[in-house]
Amino acid sequence: MRVTLQLILKRMAAAALTLLLVSIIIFTITSLLPGDAAQAALGQNATAAAVAALRARLGLDQPVLWRYLHWLGGLLTGHPGYSYSNGLPVSAIISKRLPQSLLLAAATTVVSVPFALTLGILAAMYRGSWLDRALSTTTLAMVAVPEFLVATAGVLIFAVKLQWLSALTFVLDHPTPLEFLRSYALPVLSLCFVVTAQMARMTRAAVIDQLSQPYAEMAALKGVGSARVVLTHALPNAVGPIANAIALSLSYLLGGTIIVETIFDYPGLARLMVDAVSYRDMPLLQACAMIFLAAYLGLVLIADICAIVSNPKLRRP
Amino acid sequence: MSLHSGRRAQAARNGAGAAAESSADNHPQVLVKNLRVVAGSPGTPSVLVNDVSFAIARGEVLALIGESGSGKTTVALSLMGHTRAGCRISGGSIEVCGTDVLSLRPREILEHRRRRVAYIAQSAAAAFNPARRIMDQVIETTMIRRLMTGSAAREKAVTLFRSLALPDPQHIGARYPHQLSGGQLQRLLAAMALMSDPELVILDEPTTALDVTTQIEVLRAFKRVIGERRATALYVAHDLAVVAQIADRVVVLNSGQVRESGPTMQVLGAPRDAYTRTLLSAVARRVAQSVAQEPVVATSGASSRPPGEDNRRQLLLAVEGLTAGYGKANDQGLPSSLALLDISLAVRRGAALGVIGESGSGKSTLARVLAGIMAPARGTIRLQGELLEPRMERRSREQLRRIQIVFQHADAALNPAHTVAHILGRPLKLYFGLRGAARDERIAHLLDVVHLDRSIAARRPPELSGGQKQRVNLARALAAQPDLILCDEVTSALDAVVGAAILDLLAELRRELGLSYVLITHDVGAVRAICDEVAVLYAGQTVETGPLQRLDAANCHPYTRLLVSSVPELRSDWLEGVASASPGPAMPATASSKDLCRFLPRCPVRIEGRCDQQPPPLNRTQQGAQILCHQPANRR
Repeated sequence: MRVTLQLILKRMAAAALTLLLVSIIIFTITSLLPGDAAQAALGQNATAAAVAALRARLGLDQPVLWRYLHWLGGLLTGHPGYSYSNGLPVSAIISKRLPQSLLLAAATTVVSVPFALTLGILAAMYRGSWLDRALSTTTLAMVAVPEFLVATAGVLIFAVKLQWLSALTFVLDHPTPLEFLRSYALPVLSLCFVVTAQMARMTRAAVIDQLSQPYAEMAALKGVGSARVVLTHALPNAVGPIANAIALSLSYLLGGTIIVETIFDYPGLARLMVDAVSYRDMPLLQACAMIFLAAYLGLVLIADICAIVSNPKLRRP
Repeated sequence: MSLHSGRRAQAARNGAGAAAESSADNHPQVLVKNLRVVAGSPGTPSVLVNDVSFAIARGEVLALIGESGSGKTTVALSLMGHTRAGCRISGGSIEVCGTDVLSLRPREILEHRRRRVAYIAQSAAAAFNPARRIMDQVIETTMIRRLMTGSAAREKAVTLFRSLALPDPQHIGARYPHQLSGGQLQRLLAAMALMSDPELVILDEPTTALDVTTQIEVLRAFKRVIGERRATALYVAHDLAVVAQIADRVVVLNSGQVRESGPTMQVLGAPRDAYTRTLLSAVARRVAQSVAQEPVVATSGASSRPPGEDNRRQLLLAVEGLTAGYGKANDQGLPSSLALLDISLAVRRGAALGVIGESGSGKSTLARVLAGIMAPARGTIRLQGELLEPRMERRSREQLRRIQIVFQHADAALNPAHTVAHILGRPLKLYFGLRGAARDERIAHLLDVVHLDRSIAARRPPELSGGQKQRVNLARALAAQPDLILCDEVTSALDAVVGAAILDLLAELRRELGLSYVLITHDVGAVRAICDEVAVLYAGQTVETGPLQRLDAANCHPYTRLLVSSVPELRSDWLEGVASASPGPAMPATASSKDLCRFLPRCPVRIEGRCDQQPPPLNRTQQGAQILCHQPANRR
C-alpha cells in the first residue's frame, strides 16, 4: 500500500511540475506574440503618450520575469489579472463560462463513456462477427465525419424538420429535466459522436489484446463462458489502457468544443479563448490555456492512478 | 430457481449414466477415433492432426509424446472441444466418459469442461490471470456451478493445496500470481484442475518450464495426487524421461500422426519405430554417463596439468572477482540486489566451459556482463591478458570481434526483415571490409560450415525452422572469426533432436576451428555433450569449478549433486529413488548474509553452527577443481 501511495504521489508531483513548466511556456509564447495589447486597444491613431500610459497601467512596461511571477502568484490565489479588452477580472469572466463548459463536458461524459465501453466490449466479445464489423465500420465513420457536419445535420433534422429540439442551446437558470434534455441533446450528441468512437475502438483493442493472453484461453478451458471471460478476466487487466483512452478522449471536451459551441451559440470556455486570441486579451488567453492544461493533466493523472491501482504487480510487489 | 433445480436434475442423470458405465469397466474413459484437425482455408487445408486414434482406460495415465509441431497439444485440446484460432476438427470422433464431444453445443461444451475434463497448461505463470487472486481463480468454476458455498469451496481448495505440498496452504490463495514461484503456480494450476473432481485430467507439458530440481517436486506431487484419486490422465510431453515416471502407456506422435503406441516400458525399452529411437537417442546423451571426452584441442586438456608458465600464456578469458546486480548502488558501490557474487572463471584457448545453474542463478547476468551489455560493480575481465572495458561501447572493435555471443532465441536475435545473406554480410563488412563477390563467397562458406544449404542465403528468418535459425545465428557469430563464443541457452528453445544436432555442430566447429566456448545453460546434458570444464552457479555464486568429471565426482558440492541427480532418467523407478531436494528459498542477497553459503537453506549436509555463521572456504582438489563448502571432501 505504501508503495502504491508513493507511486501515486510521484505521479502527482510530476503533474504539478509539468503544469509549472507549461505555465512558463504559455507565458513566454503569449509574451512573444506580435502586436501589443495597448496598441491594439487604442487603435492605429492613438498617440504614443496614450499608448505608453495604457502600457504602464497594464504593467506591460515591467520586466518579463517580474510579470511572470506576478501572474503565477495571481493564478495560485485565483486572481489571474484583468481582461485587456473590457477591464473585468479574468476570474469573473471565467467563473461565468467554466460551469457551462463543465456541464456540457459532464453531460457528454455521462452519455459517451458507458456507451463507448459497451460498444467496445461487445465488439471484443463478438470479434470477427457481423456485429464487430458493423461496429468497427460505424465507429470509423464517426471518427471520420467532421463534427460541424454532424451538428448541422442534427439541427436540420431534429430542430428544423421535426422541431423536437432547439437549434440553439439556451442556458437556463433552473431547467426542468425535459428543458435540459431539449436544450442539450444536440450539442451532447455531436460531441458524443467525436469522443465515443475513439474510446470504443481503444476499448475493443485493449480487451482483445487481453483475450489473446494464455490466461484467457485457460479460463475458457475451465468452462468459463465467453461473457464472463471478458468481464471478469480480460477487463480487469485492460483497465489501464482503457482509462488512458478515456482520459485522452475526454480532454477534448473542454478545449476542443469550439465548433459545437459556435454552432449552438453555447457560452463555453473554448469560444472565450478564441475570442481572447482575436482581441489579444493575454490575461484571459493565459488563464484559459492553463485551465485546459490543468484539466488535461488531471485526466491523465486519474487514468494513471486507475492503471496503478488496477495492477497488483504495482499495488503489492 | 428453476434453472437451479434443472441443473441438479441433469447432474443426477449424468451421475446415473456414469454409474451404468462403471459397471462395464472395460469401456475406455476416452476413445479417440481417426481424429483429423486442419488449419487454413477449406480449399487448401494444412493437416495438423491426421487419423489419430487412441483409448484411455479408467484410472490410466496415457502419455502423448512428440516434438513441437507434432500436434500433441492440438489433440489434447480437442478432447475439451477446443481448437485454437484458425483450426478446426474435420473428421473422426472423440468420446470422453461416454459423451460425444464433437456433437456438443456451445453451452454443453462449457458444462463438459466444468464437470468432466480439466486442463493443466504448460506455463502456469501465463495461465493465471495476473489481476486476480489465486483463490478466486481456483474456485471460479465451482462457484459458477454453485456446487457448494464459497467457504466450502475454499476449504476444499486448501485441502488440495495441502495434498500438493504447497507452502502455507491456508493463505497461499490470497496471493497474486506474480508473488509466487513457477513451481508453486504449476501446483496451484493442478489444484484448480482438480477442484471439479474431473473424470479426465489433461496435463500439457506441465513441468517443461521448470528447473529440474523444481520439476522433481512438481512431478512427485502430480504422481501422488493422480495415484490417490485414481484419476484418468492424458500427459502431453516431449520429455521421454519425465513420461517414464508417470505414464502407463505412451502414444508417440510425429507430424500429426501416431508413430507408435504401447505400454511405457515397451515403447521406451524396445521401440519399434525409427522416430521413437531418434527421440530416445537425443534423451540418452544428457543422462549421467561418464562422457569420456577426449581433449579435442591439445591445449584444452591443460586443466589436468599442474598450473605453470605454459598454461598462463594460453589463458584466453580470465574473469576475476566479478560482482554485478540490479538496483540502486549503496555507499560501497554495490547494487541493492546482487545477481553475481565474486565470480572467477578461466577459459583456455580451445576449451569449452559449461556454466550451469537454475533460473535465478545469475547465468544470464554473467552472459550480459561478459558481453559488455551490463557493467559489473566489481571485478575484471581479461581477454588474453588484455583488460576489457566493462561496457561494450568502450571496447575496441577488435575486442568486440573476438568475443561473439549466440542468444537463446534466434527468433529475437535475427531481424525478420533481412535476408540471411544480409545478416551474415554485416559482420563481414564491419570487421573485414568484405564486399561484393568476396563477401558472397564467404557467406556461402559460412553456410557450408553450419551445414545449411547455400540457397538459404536468399531467404529470411521467418521462412526457416527453429534449428535452421539457430544455425544462422551461429554462422553470424562465426562470421566475425571470434576466439570465444558465448552460447546463452542455445538449445533450450529447441526440440531435443534439433538441439542435439546443434550441440554436435558446436563440438565439430570447436574441433575444426579451435574455438573456445562459454556455454551458459540450465541443461546438464548440453554441458556433458560439449564441455570439458564446468562451473556450477547457485544464487550468484560459483559453488564449484573444475573439469567436467566433477559432475559425477563423489566429493562434488552438494548442490552439484542435487542438480545432476535431478535430471530425469528413463528408468521408471527413478523418481522414487532420487534424493529429495529440501525445498526452501535461496538466501536473500543482503549485505549481512552475502558471505554465507547461498545454498544453506536447501543443503542436506549443512553443519549447524558453522555453515550459518562463517563464509564457506574454497577447497582445491589436485585436479584443479574448486569447491565452496564447509564439509570435508568425504562427507559432502
